Amino acid sequence: MITLTHYLLVSAALFSIGLYVILSKRNAIQILIGIELMLNAAILNLVAFGKFDKINNGGQSFALFAIVLAAATTAVALAIVLNVYRRYKTIDPDKINQLKD
Amino acid sequence: MSLITVMFYLMAVIAIGSALYVAASKNLVRSVFMFFATLFALAGLYVLSLADFVAVTQVVVYVGGILVLILFAFMLSGRESLAVLAQQTNRLIAVNKLPAMLVALAFFGSLAYVFFNAHIDDAAWLQDAVASQKVFTPQDVTINHLGVNLMTTYLLPFEVISILLLMALVGAAHLSRKEAEA
Repeated sequence: MITLTHYLLVSAALFSIGLYVILSKRNAIQILIGIELMLNAAILNLVAFGKFDKINNGGQSFALFAIVLAAATTAVALAIVLNVYRRYKTIDPDKINQLKD
Repeated sequence: MSLITVMFYLMAVIAIGSALYVAASKNLVRSVFMFFATLFALAGLYVLSLADFVAVTQVVVYVGGILVLILFAFMLSGRESLAVLAQQTNRLIAVNKLPAMLVALAFFGSLAYVFFNAHIDDAAWLQDAVASQKVFTPQDVTINHLGVNLMTTYLLPFEVISILLLMALVGAAHLSRKEAEA
């Protein structure tokens, strides 16, 4: 029998891996992948709890909203990454240290 | 052990294993493609918790949209990001990654501790939902109900999120325009 705790543990593992990727990588795109992993861990929780809400479909609806939000975030973040690359010729977040032109 | 259980563990192992590969891989393109496997396994987990529409959306939006976007951005900024990797040592656990690893492990440990002590499966509202038959069963057709709910109960979040998506897309197009016209 698969219980909610199983889902919670899988999502905790994915979230921690995402955290590690964000903290340790030196490439903006990989950091973005880490953020996507964490978002997916959250969506997995929403879906797992949504199984118990047949009337309102709360979990599943907001999982859909979260997926759309992730798509919007990624589009903007990648546009920013490409702009940064054009200006600094690197996408290492450690080397991008000024706001002015 | 039923087939569902086997499938759950298979999907969970694929998801976590490929996520670990994403975290550990030295080859960036390969890690992007393994992220692909993570997303597919997660879609399988959504199907197992009876959210088939969310699973299809996950495949369409994440695998079809976001991953291709990431690959594009990756190829467009490629050479420099690959050069960073060449300097890294080949040891299994690099010393400069140790703090990040400790933080992630501590975070996972505390989350697991909380989950094991919360006894979430005995929660009152879950028992209530089971008693009043609000739990999805595999025989249910979920998509009709989900569509009706999306257009009635959740109409406001739906509209807000569509405006947000429009704003994000216009913003992304504005950010990535050619400099010469500006």
